[in-house]
Amino acid sequence: MPQDTQQLTTWQYIQRRTQHGDVFFWFITLSFALAVVGLVAVIGFVIWNGSELARERFGLSALFQDGWNPIRGNFGALPAVYGTLVSSMIALCLAGPFGVLIGVFLTELCPQWLKTPLSFFVELLAAIPSVVYGLWGVFVFAPFFRDHVAIPLANSVGQVFPLLGGTVTAGRSLMVTGIILAIMILPTIAAISRDVIAVVPNHQREAMLAVGATRWEVIWKAVLPYARAGIIGGMMLGLGRALGETMAALMIVGGQKSRVPESLLEPGITAAALIASELPNANDFLHESMLIFMAFVLFGITLILNGIARMLVWYSARGPVGSIRA
Amino acid sequence: MEDIKAHRSPLALQRTVAERTIGHVQAESRTTRLQIANFSFYYGAFEALRDISMEIRDRQITAIIGPSGCGKSTLLRSINRMHDDTPGARGKGMIAIDGTNIYAHDADPIMLRRRIGMVFQRPNPFAKSIFDNVAYGLRVLGWRDRNAIAERVEQSLRKAAIWDEVKDRLKSSALGLSGGQQQRVCIARAIAPQPEIVLMDEPCSALDPIATLKVEDAMLELRRDYTVVIVTHNMEQAGRVSDDTAFMLMDSQTRAGLLVEFGATGNIFTNPKDQRTEDYISGRFG
Ligand SMILES: Nc1ncnc2c1ncn2[C@@H]1O[C@H](COP(=O)(O)OP(=O)(O)OP(=O)(O)O)[C@@H](O)[C@H]1O
Ligand SMILES: [Mg+2]
Repeated sequence: MPQDTQQLTTWQYIQRRTQHGDVFFWFITLSFALAVVGLVAVIGFVIWNGSELARERFGLSALFQDGWNPIRGNFGALPAVYGTLVSSMIALCLAGPFGVLIGVFLTELCPQWLKTPLSFFVELLAAIPSVVYGLWGVFVFAPFFRDHVAIPLANSVGQVFPLLGGTVTAGRSLMVTGIILAIMILPTIAAISRDVIAVVPNHQREAMLAVGATRWEVIWKAVLPYARAGIIGGMMLGLGRALGETMAALMIVGGQKSRVPESLLEPGITAAALIASELPNANDFLHESMLIFMAFVLFGITLILNGIARMLVWYSARGPVGSIRA
Repeated sequence: MEDIKAHRSPLALQRTVAERTIGHVQAESRTTRLQIANFSFYYGAFEALRDISMEIRDRQITAIIGPSGCGKSTLLRSINRMHDDTPGARGKGMIAIDGTNIYAHDADPIMLRRRIGMVFQRPNPFAKSIFDNVAYGLRVLGWRDRNAIAERVEQSLRKAAIWDEVKDRLKSSALGLSGGQQQRVCIARAIAPQPEIVLMDEPCSALDPIATLKVEDAMLELRRDYTVVIVTHNMEQAGRVSDDTAFMLMDSQTRAGLLVEFGATGNIFTNPKDQRTEDYISGRFG
């Protein structure tokens, strides 16, 4: 065979190498995979480059300063960073457990006839455009929340915990934003939890049942631990959506850009909403550059949180061979 | 004890059915532990078991043999009500432990399963440490005392003939063990709460001959304290370890599982009453 190869012309050699098409297939899949890397690199480069002016002028310290006022040339981005993190965390804390419970219900407990319609509704929730969520938030949910939750809360618990206190005027607040975001990411988390739980092998459930476990123990001690990595993956996808959600957040967050609100019941701002709301009015280079810098920061926050989640999965799962990852 | 030693070596493979019969005689007096009477089982409209009756004796090993699909697993899983959550599955007739019907209205499947250990066809350890796997059943039962748990775990692993192989790595993942070791850990898990009855569904089907012998050792060890029911495709295994044997077959028309013959293993293997049993045992059956 080796001699044989030497006698071939280059063209014949290539023909021989490629006659099964495997090489082409390999090449095509590789180039698509590399395209993703390229895209991330290009986006990273553009926002890195575009934010140069702002970075040189303020540096990272802008992220820890209050007071956003483009007219005076103050660009403290702390309110936006804080608002982004807080509203997303509220969303995750609410939608995480809820979504997992929905997934558990759909796979483990739901009667057969209810499964399909219920799944359909969960997926429908994901299909609603974010503007619609925003509108519903502004006209229905925010006023309701203000009258029936925020004001009573601020007058009671809020007297002790400033985080839930303050003067509730408008309905718009970081809390309401977090709740709306939670509803928006709920279907993502629920659908992924459902899929991941559905592929937990039955023998794991049976092993647990056979030692005399209740249904609850089977779910809590066998099914969920097995599916943990995948569920965390689903939560991260949801969190990513919450962090970057622009339209709904812009409509209900309240647009308080100049300071970090003392209370979750007061208006705030998120990075995505800040960029979207100011871009049309950004007439000088510094302002524009600062907005691009905010995009860069948002990018960074997403990356860091994803990294943390990945580490969480590695360490908590301690790499059991069989478990499911998303 | 001699019984067990004999099984430690591969020579045990050559133990004949005749010897088995001799060992069987002293145990003749054991009382009925588990009574199956006119039991039929349905998956929806499909009749998987038809009118099965047998009496499983205390602290004996009862083997269920028969061709694939004849309902052996279905019967075994009916004994600890593993079908409860299968939609459309239901049983008819009676299965009683010590005279109490386990399908009675007031019978609690959770309490039932705590009295019965089960080992599955494929090793199915949890993605936890070896120790935690065995301790799981105990914790479900509400055990909290660490020392007591540790003691029982060791005792169970010894009974399952796996202690020497894992005693230095109890904290490492059970998934890192070989299939045969995993299966014996699963046996330890099943017997740790000291159930009264141990059910094993083809426990050796994934194992090599040496591991199989070790599991058989474990079964014979268990036989001193527990009532054991095994499903097996391996005729020699049934001959080697069991005291009683049930031979099942599928109804050729409806595919319902039938009990063809049930009796002392020695009789089934050397002197079957039914022609079909003889055909199956001598390998003349498909
Ligand atoms: N969950 C189920 N739903 C419907 N039918 C089933 C189910 N489980 C088993 N059956 C049917 O019941 C019959 C008996 O199955 P069972 O698993 O008890 O056979 P088996 O004797 O254990 O076979 P094997 O030796 O291959 O394990 C088969 O015809 C099978 O198709
Ligand atoms: Mg079977």
